[in-house]
Amino acid sequence: MIKTTSFEIAYHQFLQPNGEPSGGLPPLARDTDTLHALYHNMVFTRLYDERAVNMQRTGQIGTFASSLGQEAIGAGVGHAMQPDDIIAPSFRESGALFFRGFRVRDLLLYWGGDERGMSNPDVGDDFPICVPISTHCTHAAGAAFAVKYRNEPRVVVCLIGDGGTSKGDFYEAINLAGVWNLPLVVVINNNQWAISVPRSMQTKTETLAQKAIAAGIPGIQIDGNDPIAVRHHVAEAIENARHGNGPTLIEAISYRLCHHTTADDATRYRSDKELEAHRQYDPVPRLRTYMTQQGIWSEEQETQLQTDCKTAIEQEVQHYLASEPQPPESMFDSLYATLPGELESQRRSLMGKE
Amino acid sequence: MSDITMIEAVNLALHHGMEHDPAMVILGEDIGINGGVFRATVDLLGRFGPERVLDTPLAENMIAGVAVGMAAQGLHPVAEIQFMGFIYPALDQMVSHAGRLRNRTRGRLSCPMVLRAPYGGGIHAPEHHSESTEALFAHIPGLRVVIPSSPTRAYGLLLASIRNPDPVIFLEPKRVYRLMKQGVKDNGEALPLDTCFVLRPGSDITLVSWGAMMHETQLAAEQLASEGVDAEVIDLATIKPIDMETILESVGRTGRCVIIQEAASTCSVGSEIAARLAEEGLMSLFAPIRRVSGYDTVMPMFRNEKHYMPSTERILQAVKETLEYA
Repeated sequence: MIKTTSFEIAYHQFLQPNGEPSGGLPPLARDTDTLHALYHNMVFTRLYDERAVNMQRTGQIGTFASSLGQEAIGAGVGHAMQPDDIIAPSFRESGALFFRGFRVRDLLLYWGGDERGMSNPDVGDDFPICVPISTHCTHAAGAAFAVKYRNEPRVVVCLIGDGGTSKGDFYEAINLAGVWNLPLVVVINNNQWAISVPRSMQTKTETLAQKAIAAGIPGIQIDGNDPIAVRHHVAEAIENARHGNGPTLIEAISYRLCHHTTADDATRYRSDKELEAHRQYDPVPRLRTYMTQQGIWSEEQETQLQTDCKTAIEQEVQHYLASEPQPPESMFDSLYATLPGELESQRRSLMGKE
Repeated sequence: MSDITMIEAVNLALHHGMEHDPAMVILGEDIGINGGVFRATVDLLGRFGPERVLDTPLAENMIAGVAVGMAAQGLHPVAEIQFMGFIYPALDQMVSHAGRLRNRTRGRLSCPMVLRAPYGGGIHAPEHHSESTEALFAHIPGLRVVIPSSPTRAYGLLLASIRNPDPVIFLEPKRVYRLMKQGVKDNGEALPLDTCFVLRPGSDITLVSWGAMMHETQLAAEQLASEGVDAEVIDLATIKPIDMETILESVGRTGRCVIIQEAASTCSVGSEIAARLAEEGLMSLFAPIRRVSGYDTVMPMFRNEKHYMPSTERILQAVKETLEYA
């Protein structure tokens, strides 16, 4: 036998589940502002999710996907990106979207069944939430080509779930990103469940990160519930890409502490025992414990943060609830740059004018 | 102005687009040094370089998806799918994203891309290379579907598609790629989209077709003229959205209509035209609308394809029955 190739996949963690450092820490672990920003975003996202789930239960929005337990991924990715970078999100990264300039009212509009949720001009050219799994991976690659073509120092970050790695779209995108050396970072939120199908039934590969090997690009595993690891390694991959060193695949290992969406009942396929066992890996108390031990977080700050977040979210909720519905004919108005004549007559018909 | 074939006209329009639009890029399988399997992209790599003429890995879904991403970022990608028989992986991207991006961001992002593909039968190609499934795309909101039938219209309609701010599926009837030559001025002038072309005015019957079937349709019209029947011939050209105004006006004068298409009959573009004529032009009809189509069968492999595709004889028979309808 002649050995043609071999590979290994590195796993990175800075904070253990109990908040204690695993070993050497990166500089950002001593950067109070960054830690506070990450923690603020995670707490804000958790409170937003809780509020949004309640709003769904009371009929104020439609089906909603919470990111409970996976907040470190959204926070770390969003904070690692520069303002001019481009995000291509899936639908479970609200924390990253808040860093990108999406407001609670935007996301509530979106989940509340209103296209204007993805129209906020302040988010620039970030991609909208993508519901069909992994289909946005190729958009991210196309956008990465565009910024490279224009010599812009920008990077595209694409987020998918563990189920998404089983689709051709994912492989086709990272394969192209490798061949074309595109400034693309793909982050997998491996939360162990694709609705009811567990990670073990998704693929026989030992890691999802090793799928990068088949595309000839670097792939790493990180503790996705360690906000310092997410922030550090995503930023490293982004800056690598920005400097022309090509794409990276990052598998962030986490756990979905919630149902898939409000339309799902995870008790049908997942044991309480498994769920409870994963609560110890929760990223929010992990960072809080670390910050408390570092002497940069107090009970008073915690109380204040909770109050501030709830107040801010409530204001946004009120904005959302007060929003005027779009007129029915709006379904025609952004379909094409200029509405073709035959659709003009359908539009008039909807308005009761013929 | 020189006499050129349709494939040369496509190539000429691509050159013109690339020359005048730095945001335009071309991508697809074998479109670089090979110049495309039909040579539609020949010489583009040498002229514009590998930064703008991009041979891709072999993945049609990716080609369409990458074009969506490029277009969302302000580029004007013109992507080639090698044969329409291989376009179906790209259908997801065109339906789920290209046709929706402007709408679902309320205009914050848009998708000015062109997806080109050769389509249709008649060149003795292998299995899966000969279908006419344009109706799949014509059904999808937010898309345009454009089909040229001659070198002149290939040049003008492709330029219009490249400049269009929304996604266009541009289907090239490969049977007529080299069937005829026309004088084409490389003056950068686009032809209008969303508009039919009346190729032959007439007063007795309206013949509507598009793509390669324009050839048999025009032969039928010439035959009819020699028999004293004055047929109006309409090239649909943009099959979504359909310019019903021109068709309704024509049928309003002739009272008779035969629609000729290579595609299978059921749920086809011809079905849509017939339905719209029934809805909006029924009272001007002297006879039922007829569709001369491919059959609702799998497109046969090439030994039998000539029996599948409408012939001039089948068109003439349908016209005769329509004219004789009491």
